[in-house]
Amino acid sequence: MRIELQQRQAPSAVARLLAPVLALAAAFLLGGIVVAAMGRSPLAALDVYVLQPLSDPWALQEMVVKATPLVLIAIGLSFCFRANLWNIGAEGQFIVGAICGSTVALATHGTDAGAWVLPVMLALGTLGGIAWASVPAFLRARFGVSEILTSLMLVYVAELILDYLVRGPWRDPKGFNFPQSVTFDDAATLPFLADGGRLHIGVLMAVVAVVVAFVVMGHTIFGYRLRVTGEAPRAARFSGFSERRTTFIVFAISGGLAGLAGIVEVAGQIGQLKPSISPGYGFTAIIVAFLGRLNPFGILLAGLVMALTFIGGEAAQITLRLPFDLTRTFQGILLFCVLAADALVTYRVRLVRGAPAQAAGRAA
Amino acid sequence: MKRLLTHLLATAALAAVASSASAQDKLKVGFIYVGPVGDHGWSYQHDVGRKAIEEQLGDKVETTYVESVPEADSERAIEQLARTGHKLIFTTSFGYMEPTLKVAKKYPDVKFEHATGIKRADNVSTYAAKFHEGRYIIGQIAAKMSKTGVIGYVGAYPIPEVVAGINAYFLGAQSVRPDIKIKIVWANSWYDPGKEADAAKALLDQGVDVLAQHTDSPAPLQAAEARGLYGFGQASDMIRFAPKTQLTAIVDNWGDYYVQRTKAVLDGTWKSQDVWGGLDSGMVKMAPYTNMPDDVKKMAEETEEAIRSGKLNPFKCPVFKQDGTEVECGGGTALSDEQILGMNFYVKGIEDKLPQ
Repeated sequence: MRIELQQRQAPSAVARLLAPVLALAAAFLLGGIVVAAMGRSPLAALDVYVLQPLSDPWALQEMVVKATPLVLIAIGLSFCFRANLWNIGAEGQFIVGAICGSTVALATHGTDAGAWVLPVMLALGTLGGIAWASVPAFLRARFGVSEILTSLMLVYVAELILDYLVRGPWRDPKGFNFPQSVTFDDAATLPFLADGGRLHIGVLMAVVAVVVAFVVMGHTIFGYRLRVTGEAPRAARFSGFSERRTTFIVFAISGGLAGLAGIVEVAGQIGQLKPSISPGYGFTAIIVAFLGRLNPFGILLAGLVMALTFIGGEAAQITLRLPFDLTRTFQGILLFCVLAADALVTYRVRLVRGAPAQAAGRAA
Repeated sequence: MKRLLTHLLATAALAAVASSASAQDKLKVGFIYVGPVGDHGWSYQHDVGRKAIEEQLGDKVETTYVESVPEADSERAIEQLARTGHKLIFTTSFGYMEPTLKVAKKYPDVKFEHATGIKRADNVSTYAAKFHEGRYIIGQIAAKMSKTGVIGYVGAYPIPEVVAGINAYFLGAQSVRPDIKIKIVWANSWYDPGKEADAAKALLDQGVDVLAQHTDSPAPLQAAEARGLYGFGQASDMIRFAPKTQLTAIVDNWGDYYVQRTKAVLDGTWKSQDVWGGLDSGMVKMAPYTNMPDDVKKMAEETEEAIRSGKLNPFKCPVFKQDGTEVECGGGTALSDEQILGMNFYVKGIEDKLPQ
């Protein structure tokens, strides 16, 4: 007896819509079982993980702040992934964006440079990300080098450059030789949307990115070309779409948004450069992109859900003394359920008796 | 309606948790850890300190921790502790400095204790331990135990605290064996057993036969044990991970300090301060000296006593940089605290380049 996946003739539209919801429900159910197995009340966990953060303005704000870099990066990645190009190096583009943008902040530190500082920082951050992403794009388009490897390896290069800068030329001379830059002046810090909160204007940029991506993806020729390239590369080639050009454009989009996320994070949240400025946003965003099924609004939602698991996870550690590993376990369960739901919408699970797969295929 | 529902659920949750019946009356003390509590090194040892508070003041306090908090994303976790009624919060990694100060500004009635930090505020104290005192001792032991004359060091990041540790280790080794050589590999992580083990193996492959580490997992020690060589535990007594290999360990003993500071909050005498405790204050302790001949053990014990009593300072003047220039003697007979806290040079005899 074997289990076989058989492609459905026409996947049901209703099932496709319901799949993420069911996946979420299944994830919570499985998570609840894990919590119960640890001897805690699943209801209390649900309350702490989900309901309390969602009903507390502070936690909601933190959720949005945490989701901002994830959404920005994931939106960019969705362009790459749609074209079947695998940019795994958003983390590196994030870091280079932060570095490039920060050059202005550090150069103007202690001067009374005015309002031009921030826009220039953001622009340079974006350009930095684009430049960093162009390397794998070029290698891929010109020599056919796997972009998965090159983009990933450039993450480590970026980390080491940042490390060098904050230990060397950019080290705060008054910082006891610790590896970090000076703290940015107010002119180089993103303004907050409200006093006393942590909602910086980078949040709005993420929202804009979602809307623009939605329009581009669904309502322009470029978006159409992208979908065709990804779903039917042969057809795309026959219709004269340049694969090379597409490669450059999608890498530029995802690199640019990752770079923007990087400078937004540094100028909005951290306020200085340090050896480590990202707890793996570039990698987590890959999960966010897929959780959101490469759909801009889906990504927005997925980014918020992902942020919620972090914030709920911290609350659970504080109030229920549940370990951080549970948060990671739950994130894993969630991704697993979403992917499984997707697979089940497209494929039918069948129990097959006896005959090996090839024979069954021929018979069918 | 929504609020009512939330309240109902919250009540249910409280009933389920049950333990927090008298939570309101107790002082809540929170901890932020950079690694998992199970790292058996740095964070583990802070958690031992937290448990000491529970043991000694359990009827008056309630403690909580949040583990594996990335430094670049720590402000929220710290604030979450402050918001949930914690009045004393220990943030236990250097990288939490700016976030701690930011949150402290917003919550003036909450006291903060930042480990290894250099910036203070009215409600932010800093504390650290003079681990380099212990490193001088293990340097002496390493030089005595080494057959190849080459000792090794796995470092986390080339920050002053770690660099001072390497220098103290090397100066100790040099004091008993002037021709000793040292090899250094950076793991670029505080806690990453895989990377730490790789770094250790790289050193052992280069002829190192005694290994010291300034990273938090027992992985380097275990790598030395696998080759039948020697090593030292870091932050906590790691003898159970390497019974035949560990010569001793530099143990971070935070418990006394944590209890003392918690008491200070309880009786209202807490004030912002900067503490840098060493062997004499008990903040740094040496695990039992094992796997070594009696004469080496005796030497180690004598050195420990000399440092404790103040007779010996690992950074006694003159101290020479790699190029042979003498470091200005900032503290009279030894380097000043500031010089040690900001150390960014290797001492003479280390044939390696400090990454910077």
